[in-house]
Amino acid sequence: MAGHGWDASHAALPAWSLPKDAVERISLPSEWPERVTRDWAWGESTGEGARVCILDSGVEASHPLVGGLESAVAISVGENDEVIAEEDTEGDVSGHGTACAGIVRALAPGCSLSSVRVLGSSFTGSGGVLLAGLRYAIEQEFDVINMSLSTTKKPFAGVLHELADSAYFRRSVLVASAHNMPVESYPWRFSSVISVGSHEEPEPLAFFYNPSPPVEFFGRGVNVQVPWLGGRALTVSGNSFATPHMSAICALILAKHPELTPFQLKSVLYLTATNVGGGR
Amino acid sequence: MSEKSELQAAVAAGVIGSEEAFRGLLAAIVEVARSIFGAKASSILLLDEETEELVFEAVVGEGEEELLGMRFPAGKGIAGWVLATRTPLVIEDVREDPRFATDVAEDTGYVPSGLMAAPLLHDEQSLGVLEVLDRPGASLFSLQEMELLGLFANQASIAVDLMLRARKAGRLLDADSGELQVVARLAAAVDKLEDSQREAGFRLLGELADTLGE
Repeated sequence: MAGHGWDASHAALPAWSLPKDAVERISLPSEWPERVTRDWAWGESTGEGARVCILDSGVEASHPLVGGLESAVAISVGENDEVIAEEDTEGDVSGHGTACAGIVRALAPGCSLSSVRVLGSSFTGSGGVLLAGLRYAIEQEFDVINMSLSTTKKPFAGVLHELADSAYFRRSVLVASAHNMPVESYPWRFSSVISVGSHEEPEPLAFFYNPSPPVEFFGRGVNVQVPWLGGRALTVSGNSFATPHMSAICALILAKHPELTPFQLKSVLYLTATNVGGGR
Repeated sequence: MSEKSELQAAVAAGVIGSEEAFRGLLAAIVEVARSIFGAKASSILLLDEETEELVFEAVVGEGEEELLGMRFPAGKGIAGWVLATRTPLVIEDVREDPRFATDVAEDTGYVPSGLMAAPLLHDEQSLGVLEVLDRPGASLFSLQEMELLGLFANQASIAVDLMLRARKAGRLLDADSGELQVVARLAAAVDKLEDSQREAGFRLLGELADTLGE
């Protein structure tokens, strides 16, 4: 790096070089078992300690199947492109965010849920608000950010890519819905996120690793019972509902193993997928 | 595309009087979608960017007469979510969603119990939403149906894109002082001629173009 003198003993060494005597400093805090099982990965975990963000249409916090929120904000973009996060008094503008929150709550009852609403203010500005909301969520250092939505706007792809990488390096796991229509959309195509498509099995903890990316995992996304507006429940289908299933599984794992980086978490997901080691 | 080239495209396609043809195409798409899924109704909603509303452009089945032309805010509800997130979804028991019931269905007297919705995407734009209402109650939804819905939405979005381009070209022609309208009318008139006359018509136009070009 320009302006930096070489000093092997300096504690603030750039992380992208590893002198011999620094090897010990990066020793891993926990031993990995010989075989990673679901029991090792999330046995006994309720998700308690993990913070999950639902980046969506808002969440009906009072819904009994949601079970309360840590925080709820509505995002807008100011005149100078600044991110404005205000307390969300409107709740859910479509029902979708509530459904996602309910799916996560059902599988990880102990986790903390927060809502970041990026929809509903206006349609034309929705792309900018989506970026602003994601930026805000990353700054809040959520362990898991559930993003059951995507954008087809190419000008946003670059910024989204940077944000997705920034989340990855800050240990916020971005779980994003894959698009099942023949269009280019983001951020699910980025390798720094966990991209999710749907399978048809009725088992909520069944998930499959896809050896042919860009879609990396398939979660339960067909005929799912979810909470909806007004304290009701509905049956729904779509990749956007498979995504919170994977978010919940990530929350269960991270609650039990908070030291895992997104890279390690993906490895655990691979090893515990139903079609890999999940049946053992 | 510049306004000039839009106009050229419009003239080439003979857009004058084509609004009805496009409407027919959209109506045919929703009719086939309804039939394939065995549903009670199907509709295409388009985004009106100026008012930020979704407008029912084509409707077939229950609620047909009341819904056509009806508008509601694009930022809310299930269709609004599909439009903004560009993501298809399927919901059963929509009756349970109080917002859905009050926004649209109450006015029409038709309250669907199930809804499939997919965005109409073209290039980077989200143009509207294709909805299929009330599939047969007994059948569980499958991923195959989701694929099929996506295919229909893709077809519909191509038709919608053509229609929107024709409308834009039509607006340009209307806004023009009349000189360009003459050219468009000429192209449309020649296009409608019988084969033998058509050939002569185009030859005449070609010679006119050559003369004017010199």
